[in-house]
This record gives sequence, structure tokens and C-alpha cells, in this order.
Amino acid sequence: MFPASRYSSKAHRCIRALQTVQVEHAAPQLYATLNTRRTCSSVSTPRITTHYTVHSRDKDSRWEGVEMERFADEADVVIVGGGPAGLSAAIRLKQLANEHEKELRVCLVEKASQIGAHTLSGACLEPSALTELIPDWKERGAPLNTPVTEDVFSILTEKHRIPVPILPGLPMVNHGNYIVRLGNFVRWLGEQAEELGVELYPGYAAAEVLFHEDGSVKGIATNDVGISKDGSPKDVFERGMELHAKVTLFGEGCHGHLAKQLYKQFNLRENCEPQTYAIGLKEVGGIRRKVLSHSVGWPLNRHTYGGSFLYHLNEGEPLVALGFVVGLDYSNPYLSPFREFQRWKHHPFVAATLEGGTRIAYGARALNEGGFQSIPKLTFPGGLLIGCSPGFMNVPKIKGTHTAMKSGMLAAEAVFPKITAESLDSETTGLHAPEYAETLKNSWVWKELHAVRNIRPSFHNYFGLYGGMAYTGVFYWIFRGKEPWTLKHCGLDANQLKPAKDCTPIEYPKPDGKLSFDLLSSVALSGTNHEGDQPPHLTLKDDSVPVSRNLSIYDGPEQRFCPAGVYEYVPLETGEGMRLQINAQNCVHCKTCDIKDPSQNINWVVPEGGGGPAYNGM
Amino acid sequence: MSGRVLVGVKRVIDYAVKIRVKPDNSGVVTDGVKHSMNPFCEIAVEEAVKLKEKKFIKEVVAVSCGPQQAQETIRTALAMGADRGIHVEVTGKDYDTLGPLQVSKIFAALAKKEDAQLLILGKQAIDDDCNQTGQMTAALLDWPQGTFASEVSLEGDKIKVVREIDGGLETIKINTPAVLTADLRLNTPRYATLPNIMKAKKKKIAQVKPADLGVDITSRLEVLRVDEPPQRLAGVTVETVDDLVAKLKESGTI
Repeated sequence: MFPASRYSSKAHRCIRALQTVQVEHAAPQLYATLNTRRTCSSVSTPRITTHYTVHSRDKDSRWEGVEMERFADEADVVIVGGGPAGLSAAIRLKQLANEHEKELRVCLVEKASQIGAHTLSGACLEPSALTELIPDWKERGAPLNTPVTEDVFSILTEKHRIPVPILPGLPMVNHGNYIVRLGNFVRWLGEQAEELGVELYPGYAAAEVLFHEDGSVKGIATNDVGISKDGSPKDVFERGMELHAKVTLFGEGCHGHLAKQLYKQFNLRENCEPQTYAIGLKEVGGIRRKVLSHSVGWPLNRHTYGGSFLYHLNEGEPLVALGFVVGLDYSNPYLSPFREFQRWKHHPFVAATLEGGTRIAYGARALNEGGFQSIPKLTFPGGLLIGCSPGFMNVPKIKGTHTAMKSGMLAAEAVFPKITAESLDSETTGLHAPEYAETLKNSWVWKELHAVRNIRPSFHNYFGLYGGMAYTGVFYWIFRGKEPWTLKHCGLDANQLKPAKDCTPIEYPKPDGKLSFDLLSSVALSGTNHEGDQPPHLTLKDDSVPVSRNLSIYDGPEQRFCPAGVYEYVPLETGEGMRLQINAQNCVHCKTCDIKDPSQNINWVVPEGGGGPAYNGM
Repeated sequence: MSGRVLVGVKRVIDYAVKIRVKPDNSGVVTDGVKHSMNPFCEIAVEEAVKLKEKKFIKEVVAVSCGPQQAQETIRTALAMGADRGIHVEVTGKDYDTLGPLQVSKIFAALAKKEDAQLLILGKQAIDDDCNQTGQMTAALLDWPQGTFASEVSLEGDKIKVVREIDGGLETIKINTPAVLTADLRLNTPRYATLPNIMKAKKKKIAQVKPADLGVDITSRLEVLRVDEPPQRLAGVTVETVDDLVAKLKESGTI
């Protein structure tokens, strides 16, 4: 077109860039017309989802002739997820192997690039499970550096704070506990595991569950690499690897994507309530005062479950971990958990504590709130579920790490005798270990969760927060949770949103850049990144649903509940109407979208391993 | 010719992580921060492995200088196809002050010791952006250098290198042994897949100290202070050209 040879190289590159832009503009229109011919709808939807879990590669001509054979390896136990549960299970298995002088190959895969990089929590750790697992944790240098000294609980109003006495026996008593940076604790657990000989493979995500002929779980396959954004293979394409095991432990954390498949495959949720969740947003910053504070109330109204935490950290430079939790059963689609968090920081009590500090970290993660009523069936042929994946969090205590660790340990203890037995004691090729569920039911985990089972559901009453607190005061503090009834939750969080027309938009204050911040600078602080040229891992079952349903009925709540700005509704290039833009690179793997999408159209799958946030001691 | 290629790989803070200056302004925070192989070093490893696959060379040796964690970076290179690794142990204060001059002395000593035919490095590291190690090593060895390489081909005992320069592309032919530094468009590095990481665990990584190579790593530079870049001040919108001129006069620009 242009006599490019006559131009300088800078112009050369400019022209080449312009030519690429012209080609890119042509592409969406091409897809749009393809879609209209196929779906026969009057609105053309640009193609969003290109992931092979939605658009199979078997019928895709671009994949013809590509080598799809996978390299496979055998281990005794494969553990999915390098969090407190997975690592505790690994450590316990190796401890047992050493005790009984048996050889055991334990492989652990973790999607984060290093152990602890995707870990985020308050966190106030109850050391009970740790002391059971590694009694000499102090001598081994476990990073439990901040014992709890003082503890404050308040109900906030817009300008004031009502202190609530923490009487002994209430679930939020923290005496004997430690404020930890859970990411650092998990990293330390990883070091203990490696010392014992566990094979840790961070940077490799478990993308697929493998099955034997008889339907039992055979192991997992890690993610394929080198697929480009449009779903076609790149030159560097390579298949993931298969890890086969006698038994596979799934410890993916809250709302794991493989666990989601397993629930369906083995019908594990038929006798329990659906899990309910909350989203927790957290920041870490510099600070001058010592504090351990929890609050409820402002800025949430009495019908929206949630609250805050503020923990000082005694680690070298003075730091504070602060965060905000919002129950995902909220009904107003205009609510933005991120902006509620930023708004809360302006409360006089909080602002005074944060005065003069600088923010050094940000992150978010969904957490379980279902407790006892939502625990699914925990074992199936070939595998079992541990940790926050099935969900053992003690909601009023807001602690789940100790129960997750204990579940991992019990899983190891249940599985060990079976895999080292002379003959495989199982009807299926994949080992079934229902003993795990039995020992869990007889342990302190079960007792603890049973005692607090009615506290969270007690918030679903006319008085909301205040009714719940009254219930807790009477039935937990006085009667220790021994009441004979079990209250129910309200059903799926995704079904709780009211249509936008029935709700009032919330006016959030603008971030001031000192105490409160905007979303994008926060996401940058999480260090999150993904290889850009890969299919978006936030897959939609139907690309047209976001605009036709989420936007039209609920005003696109995903633009507000995503703590990383992944979902944006932008005007179509043609001018009329909107389209959903998925900025998959921003994702912090919190799983809130998969949970809260009112159409349940979003399916979070694992991206290429190593991608995601780079939390450092969160 | 030994058919051996040395590839230098550096462990740097991952490019997507937000850098934070230490409260005492002595450096940046590295504790627990996500690190990965320098992107240009990945390209260098890929080129070396490609040369081996094309049978131009026989052995790829990955070298890294640093503390214990540098071994992870060497393992990634091994998983990409390098045959063995050399970890030059530099820790603590020595590591904080380790710069291109010392590293190039180490590489020069290793190149001689290993009888290397080729030394491939990334053009620069993304943490210090020095762009000096390749050039200094070539000078110390008195070897020809093909820097900013975007295309490399071996022709007998000579190497044809297409270099990216400001004016465009420059093609040169140099003798071996030589030093090459990789630029962005040289190749697309392959992934270090899990089966290869597992195989890499069996490959050897030798440990040496700079003193064993006869290299003195004391630094000639002293870092006085590290600061964050100054906050960009907000701009001011002006209504008319006269306002603009007045403001420019006010700031002393005109």
C-alpha cells in the first residue's frame, strides 16, 4: 500500500501497527455475523469465550493433526492445592510414612507460581491443629509472631462506634491465638513439607480430573500451555501432564473448580444445603498503633451480612492487615464490596488508626459461610475433599485455617493404611476412603461446627444483624449451640439478587488516594498477571446471556462484585448496545463471579499455571 | 570446537509485581516477593536449546550467580532443555552489590574453564537495565560480540547475527568463539512443562564459589540511597492561549 521502503523504521513499525489494528477491527464483525447466522438472534454478540471447555477441540479444524497425547506419571497420593489443608495432608502422610518406614510418593500441584502466592486471609490463627501436626513449630521457626493481646468488637454507625463486650465463651474470643500473615505461614508449611520429601510443584494447575474405566478418580491432568487467545494452538503448544494416584486429595480452597465438577459427577451435594459465601477484601499497610478489632454495622445495612477486621502485625516494620467481608447473599445489585471496603476506611475510628500509613498490598478471596449445613459428602471412589473446598470454616469465629489443617491431617490418616496395605482394600480401582468422613465426624472439627451452626442463618430475620446478635447471645453464649433445631440458609447466593429496577443505586464517595483508593491501582498492588495470549479463563456457557440477562435485569452486577475489574460493559463499536468485556489478565482468582453470577453462566476454570496474584504474606 | 554453549540466567523480581522501596531506602523489598527468570534470559536459553536441536552444538550449560534460590532459575533452564547447570554461590551483602563487572568476570572465567564455543546472555536484566554484562564479558575474553540479536545462524565456524539497532537491522558475521546477547524478537521461549521439570530434577547443578574461579567480586560501586520516583504532579487545565503563555512565563519556562 505505502512505499514502506522509503520510510524510516519508526514509520515502518507505525504502519505495521496500523495494519494490525485494521485487521483486528475486522475480526469482531466477522464473529458477529457468524453468530447471527448460527443463533438467529437479532442482536449480534461478539464472541467472548474461546476456551476449549466450552468449544471442544475435537471438532475444531485448527486442532487437526496436533499431538494430544499426554505424558503420564504415577504417584501414591496426588494433592491438588498447596494451601493449609493440602500441605497439612502432605506433611501428615510423610510423617506416617517415616513412622512406619514405608516409601510413599506424594505429589502436590499448586496453580500459584510459588507456595503462598495465592493465599489470602485475615488472619487470626488458632494453633490447635498446628500443635497437633508439628508440636515443635516454635523451634522450627513458624511465623507466628504476633500473639493476640487485646481484642475489640464494635458496631459502627456512620460517625460513632458502639463497643460490644467480648464475654468469655463468645465465639470471637481470641485468647491464645496468633495474628499471622497466612501466605508466610503457608510458605513455611511448604518448606516443612519439602524437608519431609513431598514433591511440590507450584506453577502447575490441575485442570482436569481423570477417571478409571469404572468411574473412580484416577488422578488429575495439569493445564495445557500455548493456546492462543482465539483458542488455536501456538507453536509452543504443549499438553499438560497426567498424574495418576491411588487416591487424590482435592484441597482447592473455597469454591474450587474441580470440586464443582466432582459435586456433579458423584452427586456429593444431594443431602446438604448449597454452600453460601462471602467475599473478603484485604489490604496491608504501614501503621503506628497496636490493634485487633472487628466491627459490624456501617457501612452495611442490617440486612447485608458482613464486617471488618483490623489486625496489627508484629513483624519488623510496623504493619496492619485490614479487611472487609461482605456476605454474597446480598440482594442489591448496585452493591460493590470493594467500594464498601474503601468507604469503611473513612470511619473516624478506622481513619484514626490508618492515619499516615501507606498501603503496600491488596487482594480478595471468597470464603465459605455455610458451615455445618453445607458440608457435602466428602469421599468418593478415588478421592476426597479437604479444607475450605468442602468448607469447614467457623463463621462467627471467622476462622477456617485450623479446621482445614485438621481435615487434611485426618484425610492423610484415613488414607495411609489403605494405600500401604498389602492388597488394595477397595471395590474400585481408585481408592475409596469413607473412614475419613467418619473420623472427621468424631473430631473436634465437627463439634465446633455443630455448636455454631445456627449463628449465620440466624441473621435472616426482620432485625437482620441485631436479631442475629441476639440469637448468638442467647443460644450460643448461654446454651452452647445445643438447641435441637438447625436453621436453614436461604439457598444459592446467586438467586438472592433483586432486579435492578427494584433497588436503589448506592452513591459511593470518590477515593481520596490516601485512605481509599480506586480499583485499578488496587489490582496493580496484587501483582496479578496472566499470559495475555491465552483463552480467557472466565468462561461463559452462553456468550449472549451477560447482555440479555445480567445487564438488562440486574444492571451488570459483575462489574461491581469483581474485586479486580475483570468485567466491564462497554459500548459496542457499532454504536448501539453494550457488550461484556472480560479483562481476564486482572483476575485475582477469588471465585466470586462463579458464585454470585445471577445467571450462573460464568464458569471459572483454571488459567495457565503460574498466573494469578503474586501475594506476599497476605 | 567443544560444541558447548554457556547460557547466563538471572533471577529477577517478576515483571508484573509492584516494586516497593525498603523503609530504610537501602534497596527494594525482595523478601517473599515473586521472582522469575529474566525474560531476555529465557529467550537466550531458548536460542541455545534450538541450536542444540538443530545439531549445531552439543551441550547447553545454564549458569546463574546468586543465593540458594538461584538454583530454581537454573532448574527452569534445565526444564527448557539445558543439559546441566552451574550455580555460582554469591550470598548476603556480596549479592546485594553484585553487578555486571563482577558477573562478566565470573562468566569469562567459566567460559575458559568449560571451553565454551558460545556464550549467550539476555541483552539486559529487567531489574537493573544495565545492558553491560554481555559486552564486558566479550571484552574480557577478547571475543567478538553479537549483541541485540534478533536472528542467529551458524555458518561453519562463523556466526551470522542480525542485530536490532536504532536505524533498523544490521547483519554481521563474527568468528567463534563469541558472545551473543538476545533481544526480544529472537524467538518465543517454550514453556517449562511439568514432565520436563521432573526430568530436570535428575540433571546436575554444580556449585562453585567466585573465589574458586579466581574472581574478586568486591564492588567498585556503593549504593547511597534508593528512592521511589517522584509522584507525578497533577496538571492544570487552561482555558485560553493567553492563560497558557502566562503560566509558562510564571514557571520560568519562557
